[in-house]
Amino acid sequence: MSRIARRFATLRQQGRGALIPYVEACDPDYDTALAILRGMPAAGADLIEVGVPFSDPSADGPTIQKAALRGLKGGSTMKRVLEMIAAFRADDDETPIILMGYANPIEAYGPERFCVDAKKAGVDGLIVVDLPPEEADLLGAPAAQAGLDIIRLVAPTTPDERLPVVFSGASGFVYYVSITGVTGTRTASTDELAQALPRLRRATDLPIAIGFGIRTPELAANAVRVADAAVVASALLNTLEGTLDAAGQATSRTVPAVLEQLRALADAVHDVRK
Amino acid sequence: MSATDTQAGANSLRSGPDGRGRFGIFGGRFVAETLMPLLLELDAAYTAAQADPEFRRELDYYLKDYVGRPSPLWFARRMTDALGGAKIYMKREELNHTGSHKLNNVMGQILLARRMGRTRIVAETGAGQHGVATATVCALFGMKCAIYMGATDVERQKPNVFRMRLLGAEVVPVTAGAGTLKDAMNEAMRDWVTNVHDTYFLVGTVAGPHPYPQMVRDFQSIIGVETKEQIMAAEGRLPDAIVAAIGGGSNAMGIFHPFLDDPDVRLIGVEAAGCGLDSGRTAASIERGKPGVLHGNRTYLLQDGDGQITEAHSISAGLDYPGVGPEHSWLNDIGRADYVGATDQEALDAFQLCTRTEGIIPALESAHAIAYAAKIAPDMAKDKILVVNISGRGDKDIFTVAEHLGVKL
Repeated sequence: MSRIARRFATLRQQGRGALIPYVEACDPDYDTALAILRGMPAAGADLIEVGVPFSDPSADGPTIQKAALRGLKGGSTMKRVLEMIAAFRADDDETPIILMGYANPIEAYGPERFCVDAKKAGVDGLIVVDLPPEEADLLGAPAAQAGLDIIRLVAPTTPDERLPVVFSGASGFVYYVSITGVTGTRTASTDELAQALPRLRRATDLPIAIGFGIRTPELAANAVRVADAAVVASALLNTLEGTLDAAGQATSRTVPAVLEQLRALADAVHDVRK
Repeated sequence: MSATDTQAGANSLRSGPDGRGRFGIFGGRFVAETLMPLLLELDAAYTAAQADPEFRRELDYYLKDYVGRPSPLWFARRMTDALGGAKIYMKREELNHTGSHKLNNVMGQILLARRMGRTRIVAETGAGQHGVATATVCALFGMKCAIYMGATDVERQKPNVFRMRLLGAEVVPVTAGAGTLKDAMNEAMRDWVTNVHDTYFLVGTVAGPHPYPQMVRDFQSIIGVETKEQIMAAEGRLPDAIVAAIGGGSNAMGIFHPFLDDPDVRLIGVEAAGCGLDSGRTAASIERGKPGVLHGNRTYLLQDGDGQITEAHSISAGLDYPGVGPEHSWLNDIGRADYVGATDQEALDAFQLCTRTEGIIPALESAHAIAYAAKIAPDMAKDKILVVNISGRGDKDIFTVAEHLGVKL
């Protein structure tokens, strides 16, 4: 059983939902990002999404784009991202890590080599934003061979008849992009979520995470009332950005501020009994 | 779209893309899931429109009476004499309404958007030619219009920004990244993904996810279809070479496509070499890039070793893009078309040559094509025929040119 499957099975036994926070690699530098990553499990992260910086994240909002550009400035390369995961894995063999990014840095690294190296570093799953099922063959075989889960995105615009296409080849969990829009903007209403989830449940047995627009502990708690996990990205990145000095460098507040916010989000999620 | 396209057989180079939107390894649909159903809907709507004679009739009507087609094929006698070699013909796309080839595509897509019931248009623009063309048809059909334009380009293309605003469009300056075309493309895609219910994304070049590269090429193929008829009428034979400038590559794809199955016609795409192909300040994606994935398609991209997209540079805002249409990438790899570069300086020289010998002020984009034609024409025999696509007029560029010539306006 993969770390992701194991983690969701444990959560289900405990009747709890999961909080999945996001950290951008090398944002604003390698050491700070690694310190945040290392602090996340103790602050209540059940799984962790690690962003692989890309120069042109066109499906993401301005917050993630800025984080990506800070990460690139902070020295991020694919090799460095995998080193950061390996460093995290040295102390934590339980918390699943999902890499989130775009196709081109993976293609440049070489998809086969990337999957092998990512697995070796301790990565459990991949979310590649611009690889819909129609283009999945770029990573499908090498990811399966390496034992990496491919986490598929599903959107409000995805019609029912397309759901089987989206879920074919999906593993780990399913990421529901709860709004039509970019990350960190609007928030889906409780009604919208209540309508969307049964539609997805009918089409998959995989756990479902909700992302995009979850900014507060209340919104995170609402999400896990209907879904299995809540993903929080832009809100944490905004907090991080707010602690940087005028030159964009980390300060003594950076790591604690992000982890304190994470703890509040995690507490709200874990108070929901399922 | 055109009669010649429907005749393309299995062995034709004109039969692409395949069912996945691929030209060889290039093209495809590399987009977020939110957009995927929209692309499938667009593909179906476009296929239905192609099969509907009423759509063709409507488009032909607007192309003739509003765009002003057909555009002439002009024998450039004085430039031919000045260069002393091959006969040079100019396809006069700068005479279209709004001053460039852009309206051919925009007219096709706006009619499609109307068929699909969309009420709002978003588009990206670099030099502003596509933005102006889009704002124009939105005014014509009374549709809401948002144009994303890099803040750097807003600054260097002020006349076009004002034109778009006069036409009723909202021009949104994009400050992310370097504030040029690639960043505007990112923002336009974000707007589309946010407003999918009523918005149509009107792509201006033969790039982006399938079906855009095919659709834009089809709408632009009218350039090549007319050129073929006109050169046959004028010379009784096909040209020896066709030269066109390449940014995303829509004017080139439009004039090349009807000639792909005519192996004796050499096709030459001229990329913007900027300060020189090896200067590190260039927009020559095919000559100095590597295949990769950006903005929905796999194609040649300017990128670093880690797959990060690098900034392009050209004196011409319309060529200042780190990618190129996937069909060009494919034509390059199979050797059907040749891709070369012209520098900023060569384009400036050609701009003046064309202006003084023919009384035609070309767009700086088109000046890149003229520059390469001027380079090869003297070495060609006098009975050889060269067609240059004059994709746009240069009025918008006079400020840039004046600055480079040290003239204060």
